[in-house]
Amino acid sequence: MFSYCTDPGTLEGLTWLSCYLTTGKHQSIYWAVGTVLLLLAITAPTALLFGFGGASAARSRFAPLSWFGKIYISVVRGVPDIAFFLFFVIALDQAFEWVRHKVKCPDWDQEVWQGNDFVVCAEAKLPLGNAAQWVHETYGFFLAVLTFAIVFGAFAANVLYGAMQAVPRAQIETAEAYGMSNRQAFWRILVPQMWVYALPGLSNLWMVLIKATPLLFLLGVEDIVYWARELGGSKTAQFTDYPHPDWRMWYFAALLIFYLGFTRVSEIVLDKIMRRLTKGQATMAGEAQRKAAA
Amino acid sequence: MSCWDTIADYGLRSLGHGERLLPRSDFTLCQQFTLIGSGMIWNIYFGTLALISGFVLATAVAMGKAARNPWLRKPAEWFVFVFRGSPLFIQFFFAYFLFLSLKSTYPVFSPLTAAALGALIVLFLNTAAYSAEIFYGALQSIPKGDIEAADAYGMSGWSRFRRVIWPTMLRLGWPAYTNEAIFLFHATTLVFFSGFPTIKQKGDALYYASYFADKTFNPFIPYPILAFYFILLTLAVIFLFGRVNARLNRHLPQETRSRIRLRPQLIR
Amino acid sequence: MNKLILSVAALALSAGLASAQTVRMGTEGAYPPYNFINDAGEVDGFERELGDELCARAELTCEWVTNDWDSIIPNLVSGNYDTIIAGMSITDERDEVIDFTQNYTPPAASAYVGLSADADVTGIVAAQAATIQAAHVAETGATLLEFPTPDETIAAVRNGEADAVLADKDFLVPIVNESNGELAFVGEDVPLGGGIGMGVRESDGELKGKFDAAIQSMKDDGTLNAMIKKWFGDEALVF
Repeated sequence: MFSYCTDPGTLEGLTWLSCYLTTGKHQSIYWAVGTVLLLLAITAPTALLFGFGGASAARSRFAPLSWFGKIYISVVRGVPDIAFFLFFVIALDQAFEWVRHKVKCPDWDQEVWQGNDFVVCAEAKLPLGNAAQWVHETYGFFLAVLTFAIVFGAFAANVLYGAMQAVPRAQIETAEAYGMSNRQAFWRILVPQMWVYALPGLSNLWMVLIKATPLLFLLGVEDIVYWARELGGSKTAQFTDYPHPDWRMWYFAALLIFYLGFTRVSEIVLDKIMRRLTKGQATMAGEAQRKAAA
Repeated sequence: MSCWDTIADYGLRSLGHGERLLPRSDFTLCQQFTLIGSGMIWNIYFGTLALISGFVLATAVAMGKAARNPWLRKPAEWFVFVFRGSPLFIQFFFAYFLFLSLKSTYPVFSPLTAAALGALIVLFLNTAAYSAEIFYGALQSIPKGDIEAADAYGMSGWSRFRRVIWPTMLRLGWPAYTNEAIFLFHATTLVFFSGFPTIKQKGDALYYASYFADKTFNPFIPYPILAFYFILLTLAVIFLFGRVNARLNRHLPQETRSRIRLRPQLIR
Repeated sequence: MNKLILSVAALALSAGLASAQTVRMGTEGAYPPYNFINDAGEVDGFERELGDELCARAELTCEWVTNDWDSIIPNLVSGNYDTIIAGMSITDERDEVIDFTQNYTPPAASAYVGLSADADVTGIVAAQAATIQAAHVAETGATLLEFPTPDETIAAVRNGEADAVLADKDFLVPIVNESNGELAFVGEDVPLGGGIGMGVRESDGELKGKFDAAIQSMKDDGTLNAMIKKWFGDEALVF
């Protein structure tokens, strides 16, 4: 990185550290921070969407849809996320490739499962075998987002389901009295009002989501904890210009600060949103706000 | 070899009883079910003990956090913030490091480096922090009238806490606490996965599941078995906590009871 | 989809091959000197150099991918990369699921390392989970202590948690050499496994054939031995 870094063996103190912290390998951990943040930013709305779908399905009057929603919520919530991650991504990937295989290569005469091997025709590969590296990376990232969204969507569905039930019945009855259809009452009355009830649960879910990111390496995305372990482990002089003993302690301490800081910022932002949402709501907190202003 | 023999040989393998060597070839479904089930003993052990001990500390921390005295409030707030704000992964790592260095100075601490005690302590502190936050939230939403009524009856101090505040707090926080219990049982799978070494191949359910996944190179059998066991465990937790919930709310009319159960509370 | 491509091996190939399928080489990136991530953040090590040379000889375009060790075989059979080149010993149980090329290192010895040369190898022995060494320790009757990564097994010996560690000797040699006498080899070497080979899918006979031929040509002209000596020292076993 810096011009004086050509011979790190001769450096000492802060200059050594400045070279050490800017090696290509360290760039990877800085990138990983960005990857984790990006993943969180994409996963949160996606999971919310899955959760909304799951909760609406569970409330549906059409029985099979309602069963589907309820089974999705309870099964995925019942399984530790780690166990889910360990086999689900491969299954998801195979499912995509299998569907593409059926569509793109209808004349294929070989078995898809040959013993242990999962073989699809070259055109059905995801991404294609000769795709550029960023395509592979993006696809892996996309699968990770999808898996996270499915898992956390189930939790979000549970929270939203509860929130929909918590909207006072009288509100819906009033809507019906005004002649709104079920669909109208759902979209115009229930959905706008449920957020205030859902937010405490959702903000907790966000905190859990942040803390689930160390599991990302199971999904093939090399996250910050993976790199902290890799960079912190002791290094011998034969394979690096920067040998050092076991420094995982320091790397993990940095991660601890990162996670605590991120949590604190999230808390402050979520508090603001909650205060905003509470405004004008028929809850105790809303009442307190009204009194304070008056 | 029949399945009963397998169960006899491996049913308690996670505690070190039965066959010393794990199966190494010709893996059967029965072996996978038995060993992964045997590993569940550890998950239940960690979950149950951490939950019970954590409950006591959580109540104390919640009271501390609600206290006026900053000497009580500040430590409680920091305790909750640190344990809720960092991944369990990192907590296990630091705890193991700390226990190792304690052990090298004072041999008294040597049992701490084994998962059975060391990981239990981490899980205990972790669940205490999460539960304390739930109870604190519940404490804040105790209806003012309840406390005024207690005062009117001349209750104060311990008897007011024991007979009014504490039961109401539990009642309000219970749905969220149920979620916390579920999460805690799930979190027990991290013990051997990231934190503590496995001694003599005595591991938890995830350890055996990944053992089979590694030997058979097929993740699609052992992990769904693990998932199956955890769904059963989760259902059991929901059932037990539901019974407690019914008891906590037994004074309320039917209609109100179900509404309280469905009101969303903080989940972990 | 456990993968993150760290670098593309831009091989000097004729322009006519530009349209050929890329061969994706899966490795772990955490097992020096076989494979590791160098200071520049790229896959490096004996297997990187070997793999690039093999690809050049077989006239293939290759791309390097790292993957967690635990799921390295499931991801190969489900087609997320095409070869495993990650210091993987050829064993019967692995051979049932995937195919191996001929070995590119002689059957390597594993060795015990402890704090002194008379450490108790029947006491508590650390090993990386899911390795042939872990399986071996379980059979010897010593108390097996399993860690997820090789680094942690060494750390366990250093801090006294384990009496000894059993691992590939090639992995241990640089660590012992640089420990300033803190660590020492214990007892005789333990022969385990049938050498290290490249793993390919059983349905991928053509690719296996190409790499087999390339490895054979490197064995024949002595470049493989030179490469082994370069990475593992002059005492290393050669063909």
